[in-house]
Amino acid sequence: MVLDDPGLKHGGANPDARSDAPWQHDKDKRDLEHIGKPIRKVDARSKVSGLTQFADDLTMPRMLHMKLLRSTMAHAEIAHIDTSKAAALPGVKGILTGQDMPTPFGILPVSQDEHALCPDQVRFVGDPIVAIAATEEEIAWDACRLVDVEYRELRTISGVHEAAANDEPRLHDYGVRGNIHRLENLEFGDMEDGFARADHIREDTFWFEGNTHLPMEQHASLAHFDKDGKLTIWSSTQTPHYLHRALARVLHPLPANRIRVIACPNGGGFGGKSDPFNHEICAAKMSMLTGRPVKIALTREEVFWCHRGRHPVLMRSKIGVSKTGRITALDFHSFLDGGAYGSYGTASTFYTGALQTVTYAVENYHFRGARFFTNKAPCGPKRGHGTVQPRFALEVQMDKVACDLGIDPAQLRLDNLAPRESVTANYMRIGSMGLGACIEKVIEGSGWKERRGRKEVTEDGRIRGLGLACSSYLSGAGLPIYWNGMPHSGVQLQLDRSGLCTVFCGSTDIGQGSDSVLGWIVGEVLGIDPLDIKVVTSDTDLTPVDLGSYSSRVTVMTGNAAMQAAERAREIVARGVSKKLEVPASRLVFAEGRVFDAENPETGLTFMQAVGAAEAQEGTIGTVGSYTPPKSAARYRGGGVGPSPSYSYSATVVEVEVDPETGIYRVPKVWMAHDIGRALNAAVAMGQIEGSIYMGLGEAMMEEMAYRDRSHKGQRVFLHKIPSMLEYKSPSALEMPDCVTYVIEDHDKNGPFGAKEVGQGPLLPIMPAVANAVFDAVGVRVDENPISFEKVFAALQSQREGKDARFGPAHDETGIPNLDFGESLKIKTPWQGGDGTACNDPRRIKKARK
Amino acid sequence: MIESNKELATFQVNGEPHEVAFAPHKTLLEVLREEMVLTGTKHGCELGECGTCTVQVDGTPVLSCLVLAVDAVGKEVRTVEGLACGSDLAPLQDCMADLGGAQCGYCTPGILMAADALLKDNNRPTRDEIKEALAGNLCRCTGYLKIFEAIELAAARMRGEDAEPTRESIYGA
Repeated sequence: MVLDDPGLKHGGANPDARSDAPWQHDKDKRDLEHIGKPIRKVDARSKVSGLTQFADDLTMPRMLHMKLLRSTMAHAEIAHIDTSKAAALPGVKGILTGQDMPTPFGILPVSQDEHALCPDQVRFVGDPIVAIAATEEEIAWDACRLVDVEYRELRTISGVHEAAANDEPRLHDYGVRGNIHRLENLEFGDMEDGFARADHIREDTFWFEGNTHLPMEQHASLAHFDKDGKLTIWSSTQTPHYLHRALARVLHPLPANRIRVIACPNGGGFGGKSDPFNHEICAAKMSMLTGRPVKIALTREEVFWCHRGRHPVLMRSKIGVSKTGRITALDFHSFLDGGAYGSYGTASTFYTGALQTVTYAVENYHFRGARFFTNKAPCGPKRGHGTVQPRFALEVQMDKVACDLGIDPAQLRLDNLAPRESVTANYMRIGSMGLGACIEKVIEGSGWKERRGRKEVTEDGRIRGLGLACSSYLSGAGLPIYWNGMPHSGVQLQLDRSGLCTVFCGSTDIGQGSDSVLGWIVGEVLGIDPLDIKVVTSDTDLTPVDLGSYSSRVTVMTGNAAMQAAERAREIVARGVSKKLEVPASRLVFAEGRVFDAENPETGLTFMQAVGAAEAQEGTIGTVGSYTPPKSAARYRGGGVGPSPSYSYSATVVEVEVDPETGIYRVPKVWMAHDIGRALNAAVAMGQIEGSIYMGLGEAMMEEMAYRDRSHKGQRVFLHKIPSMLEYKSPSALEMPDCVTYVIEDHDKNGPFGAKEVGQGPLLPIMPAVANAVFDAVGVRVDENPISFEKVFAALQSQREGKDARFGPAHDETGIPNLDFGESLKIKTPWQGGDGTACNDPRRIKKARK
Repeated sequence: MIESNKELATFQVNGEPHEVAFAPHKTLLEVLREEMVLTGTKHGCELGECGTCTVQVDGTPVLSCLVLAVDAVGKEVRTVEGLACGSDLAPLQDCMADLGGAQCGYCTPGILMAADALLKDNNRPTRDEIKEALAGNLCRCTGYLKIFEAIELAAARMRGEDAEPTRESIYGA
């Protein structure tokens, strides 16, 4: 297989890539001073003191409290709303209904299908209808109960199968047809030839139940429309820039330059605070209506209704391999239960097909994906966005292939590794690639070769098993949510004669440490202590745009922008010092809070003196930096989802101890290796990896956003089965196993100091590794996630009865809907001489005719 | 509408008296955050499920969302704001900050109050004892491991040992 870079042929080579190592600013600076060291986060002190101000910690004089009346129907037309009794309640200061905010909005330009309050139709239990603000929170609640809503009930759509079978009633009047939101069909290479050359073909079906982010902080917002006619909103959002755009759209004619969005530190996000939300827009509008500050703090139940979490996905995967296990063809179908609105769903759909090829070289690849509208809380991005479900399928299937061929599953993966510096069948451009090193580490650490398949029995009669899985994730989406030619991230830097360096950036710290990343990078380039740097972030009035904390983009994108701004500042300071000390600028070293001559380290200035020297010569010092990801090689329709400046890699081995009678299992130990490119801070990177292991185990063992179908006056109503933290089981301190973590550093040319992502990737392999470990222990396959105890038990029962030792969706139409995906877009692979476009794209054919 | 029949009471919080008027159905959480503006104590569910609102009442960790404020009158209430000594962080806070035991920082005040109570009773807790003490405090960011390590390190330092985090816990294996 020839894997060259078609980008080079078309002159589309990465304009941002630098041939020299970008972190070697000072050739004479022997070691990095701050990068990689376990220094404290810039906000650590306030966080352990309880002084970090989250959105609900804010209050203002004359502040009103707002509550939302939410639908009790899963699907209905709103016949009539009577708010007169609520309006008469003393203390009520403002009431809004859908008529007050008629403009629809949504995170993606292609699915502007939400309203701040439903004007005429509700689509899930929890859809907001009326907003009421009052002097006390309790009065606002009471007033909501006094509103009469008359519904005309509509038939409900419960899930993928029902949506595929019923075009009517439609939830939305857009989409492909009926209740199909998206239908994608992408074919890379020659599938017929790929399967013809396969020595072994297997087909499997999988189901991944939805689950939710469950951030500890409930969403909250405070809006203030001041006497100058300007609106400020403080909110727990991961994406202040996108909220800014949504507010400007719905609150038109209030211009965007009169709207200020300040993202408060998020008390956890995990993707759940990435959409612009109805409660944020209502708070803003309510403040404009009442002329007073308005706060809304959601209850935990309401957080479950906001959701935007992991899509439930049905999958079918057909894989062809040679005798030696090389993948010749992969044919993948996914069916996503999208819930009531579009949210990020279009991207989610493509993500279920985008990254299978980035871990293992797939010669020919066919992806078909469908997303459906259903009467449940909308799904969207959760840690690993859309790539988690297909990763589960692929990694379990790889385990089965290894089993079929009698090959060690670790060896099968090592034999199939996607090459570094290559372009995949679907035109994802891979740079550094440390997956092989990751696999070697975890198999060595876990004693994989000696212990796998041994079926050791524990003292309490449980059987031990080991399971391995791998994954990859993006270091930031290659394209923004809306098409534009502007940078994805901007940083502004200010130096003053006190020696203070202030960094301004629109990025939002959701706990991952993005504020600190700015400090570490600028501190390293300028040779000053990161804790001396002032970081100002996520304020649309003050900070340059950064698109937000999603898709693991912040370290690479804000990091590169910060580095550019810092390098420019360094040049200015170096010129000033060079003139003052009469030392060539090229000989100056920035380290230890000093700027000095490399050949004569005694000759130098403190950083403060150095800034003063530069300011005296050149005036006030300020610089900017910006970052735009490299141009993608994928030029076909749908190729906008998946490309990234770089991909991180993870491999894990999970140990389980399964009770062969009951199917109850525990996870005593996990080995995880993650290729992070370079760890900007060792301790913080470890925290991200361990947090991913934890959240992955929650998804594997217990977490599910399942609904119960409860009849209400003859109508079906989908209620969240478990809208509380007690019932939505997530792992406590007691369930957390011992973890052995390996930080693999395969420096990437596109990352600041070589860094890649770490916040999401290590979650992905956990679920399939648990499924594979259960198989290793007791010989049953659970082709569903969560791999809950009752499913293991059911599979053990089948095994005992001599049936298929498996639990999962049926292979026929009862398991996977029969859906017409239409004609595929045909794209030649790079090794077929393709150029990244589809040969049968109607738009391309039209262009050629012209 | 709820009739206003506020009560006036004096609370002892972090060693200081706070005289506040509050409706008798208000929880300790609400009175701490809304009447005393001690917003260091957070909330995650207000139903006693997540542990985020943990404070100490007479040295015992309690869920402040499940305690009526009236029941805390006359008792010594301690919140995260009472941990540091002046501008010096307590060893537990220091270790949490150094090891990254606080990521988003939202569950942190509750975890600190639960861990502080543990260390008062037991200056050499085992890993299992730490897990048991924190079993009611959910954290979604850290996977708990850095929190466990921070508590162990703080315990050692509070015993007067010259303890440092292990290389493996910071740089990996």
